[in-house]
Amino acid sequence: MIYRRFFNVPTWRFRSPVEELHRLRQQMEQMLESAAAPHQREVAGVLPLINLTEGKDHYYVRAELPGVKGDELDIQVTANNLAISGERKIAAEDEGARYHRREREAGTFSRMIGLPDEVDTDKVEAKLENGILTVVISKAEITKPKQITVK
Amino acid sequence: MADTQSNELKVREKQEVTSPAEQTKPGLIFTPAVDIFETEKEITLLADMPGVKADDLTIDIRDNTLTLSADIAPVDGTDEVDILVEYESGRYYRQFTLGELINQENIDAKLNDGVLRLSLPKVEKATPKKITVKTD
Repeated sequence: MIYRRFFNVPTWRFRSPVEELHRLRQQMEQMLESAAAPHQREVAGVLPLINLTEGKDHYYVRAELPGVKGDELDIQVTANNLAISGERKIAAEDEGARYHRREREAGTFSRMIGLPDEVDTDKVEAKLENGILTVVISKAEITKPKQITVK
Repeated sequence: MADTQSNELKVREKQEVTSPAEQTKPGLIFTPAVDIFETEKEITLLADMPGVKADDLTIDIRDNTLTLSADIAPVDGTDEVDILVEYESGRYYRQFTLGELINQENIDAKLNDGVLRLSLPKVEKATPKKITVKTD
């Protein structure tokens, strides 16, 4: 009992002037950083990069996936999340080929996207057209606004 | 595990270019990522151009300069509101200087799943010519 009370006593720490200066400097750095890149878009840093838009009844998720086939993609949806994963393959070329440039990359990707609101998991359509994936997700009925007439 | 991790794709921002000439149309221009390789007979170019339709792609060879340019149709519906925007779309533009002389009669261009595959067979003297793009 005594033990517990002893430890619950808030500790008084005296800030040394050096510590205070350090804290101030950190705050200044943070401010400067945010001022230097004011319009930087928030990118999760995970492929594929997506654009999420909202229509009246649907959410639209789009991603650029050039060279990816539909059967190489795995898309799963839950009430609030959309998971996209897959692999981008680049076929091997002739043995004798000499590469001048190699900028395209192959590899796996996997991403989970939180949807803004609940969706109807039975009404999800995905299509891959010209290297752009579009997933159309219907909003759940309960989240749609209902028109109420006044009597 | 280490193997799959090393194979994971890294995010790369699309490369935006400042236009080669004064712009008359508004919008962004991007450089497509390309692979170029050469064999005894031909030079092959692969370019990632997501969102480009065959009709919108122009391939032009003139004075040993290969120019790729493509317009893309806007994909967003009109009544959609942006929630999260991680990439921008815009036109594609890139030029290459061809070291070898190319047989322009037999140039083959295919566009599949947003990837252009351009086969440039090597031969003699070059004259300006446009190439039509096929899809299959």
